[in-house]
Amino acid sequence: MLSDFGIVLLALIFAAVALMLVFGISWLLRPKKPTIEKLTTYESGEDPIGNANIRFNIRFYVVALIFILFDVELVFLFPWATVFGNKEFIEQTNGQWGWFTLVEMVIFIVVLALGLAYVWAKGHLEWVKPEIKASKFKGKVPMSMYENVNKKYEEL
Amino acid sequence: MNGFIQWANETMFLWKALIIIVIFAITLGIAAYSTWAERKVAGYIQDRPGPNRAGWGGLLQPLADAGKMFFKEDFIPAQADKWLFILGPCLSMLTALMSSAVVPFGDAFIIGGKAVTVQAIEINIGILYVFGVVSLGVYGVMIGGWASNNKFSLLGAIRAASQNISYELAMGMSIIAILMMTGSLSLRTIVEQQHGFNWNIFYQPLGCLIFIVCAFAECNRTPFDLPECETELVGGYHTEYSSMKLGFYLFAEYINMFASSAVTACLFFGGYNYPGMDWVQAQLVGAFGQTVGQNIATFIGIGSMFTKILFGIFFFMWVRWTVPRFRYDQLMNLGWKGLIPLAVGNMIITAVAMLSGYKLAGIWIGLAVLILIISIFWALRPRKEAAVLGA
Repeated sequence: MLSDFGIVLLALIFAAVALMLVFGISWLLRPKKPTIEKLTTYESGEDPIGNANIRFNIRFYVVALIFILFDVELVFLFPWATVFGNKEFIEQTNGQWGWFTLVEMVIFIVVLALGLAYVWAKGHLEWVKPEIKASKFKGKVPMSMYENVNKKYEEL
Repeated sequence: MNGFIQWANETMFLWKALIIIVIFAITLGIAAYSTWAERKVAGYIQDRPGPNRAGWGGLLQPLADAGKMFFKEDFIPAQADKWLFILGPCLSMLTALMSSAVVPFGDAFIIGGKAVTVQAIEINIGILYVFGVVSLGVYGVMIGGWASNNKFSLLGAIRAASQNISYELAMGMSIIAILMMTGSLSLRTIVEQQHGFNWNIFYQPLGCLIFIVCAFAECNRTPFDLPECETELVGGYHTEYSSMKLGFYLFAEYINMFASSAVTACLFFGGYNYPGMDWVQAQLVGAFGQTVGQNIATFIGIGSMFTKILFGIFFFMWVRWTVPRFRYDQLMNLGWKGLIPLAVGNMIITAVAMLSGYKLAGIWIGLAVLILIISIFWALRPRKEAAVLGA
């Protein structure tokens, strides 16, 4: 008799075997003719410049940090959610169970929300926006001329 | 034969192994035909026929594509980390396959006097398992993008990781609102509680909306397909991939679509339940007897489940060819400033409505109040003067 997670293992093994089978077949069938040009890193057809481990926006790192905090808090919400509406507990405590756990969890969520508000107010959630710049260009053709042209075509 | 069935029933091992293989095969089949359906849907939305050469209506197109994947040369860039480069797509595919295995596709068949449920893995923490396995999918993309040693891939991978973890939070919170009502983490129990037409969508409209939006982001589908957006990053995290490894990445996306449609159907749209199922079952049992009637009723249930899943997949495609892509700051703002506060609000509304004793009315009144508050704040928000173009 297999336990529940034994079946998970079974499915994992099946899936891994299926993947290896597909990989193996394709390995047998496909041609292998590598050349230096084929094996260069793709950079829009040019020779790659410098190291690929480029600097990226620090925001990504900050987002990952905030995520860890929130995800850990989320983990605590899962067990709470399963016992929150438990009828046995509500009966045993004459209905106080629900309100008690709710107040507890609201305090917890308020702390969580304060964290979000702090991060928000600090501007850690702001991403660089494309700036819309008004054009400073002044052409020799006056704007009224374009309007006249437009009017001419509207009348047609 | 009877002895064989008895042995299989005693161990359950064979049934389970069989169901796992069948469900994997169905998952892969549906994923393969999703690629065909996607092109067909795209074609009809853009007023052109779509694939129509290989087979009737282009039905053999997925086979031709698979053949191409097998026969294409597969090269690993000289600069890439070879083992991680191979591990990336495998991990993506493995997690995608594993996530669909816990979905209950139907009620139980009665074989030789014993109920065999139509579900590969029946664990009591089903939804937590899905949640965990789906978040492991980030590693596939991240490892692949990193190992390619390519600037486009790295940027795509970082975007993917950042997007997936951001939307995971809102997704988790929308699931918690459901769990509060059901009191169970088991997907089968959640589906059983939605017997007939008592679907969770009526209790959790906002939760459903948040969940679906997050599912789009988790699957890297348009309008959230920034990790592979071709106008900026060539191919995103799979720029360097070719042949079967590329196939794995693309396939994993379609399997994820299938899995998330299935989970959405289970959580919000009643899974294998449909209106009037008791009446249908009673008629079938009356006409064919207990065992056969029950089995036919189970078949109809599976049909209803797959109808919902296929509609979900169609919805993914419909949105893809209708809605333009988000900009990155819009994506992150929607996730962190839109969906997470909304999901927290939804959670509290659900809790109060449940304790007040009027679950359905309470939730709808709460949502109406929430919408009212948001629209007041929206109307009173400080406005910046818009920059005028060409002024």
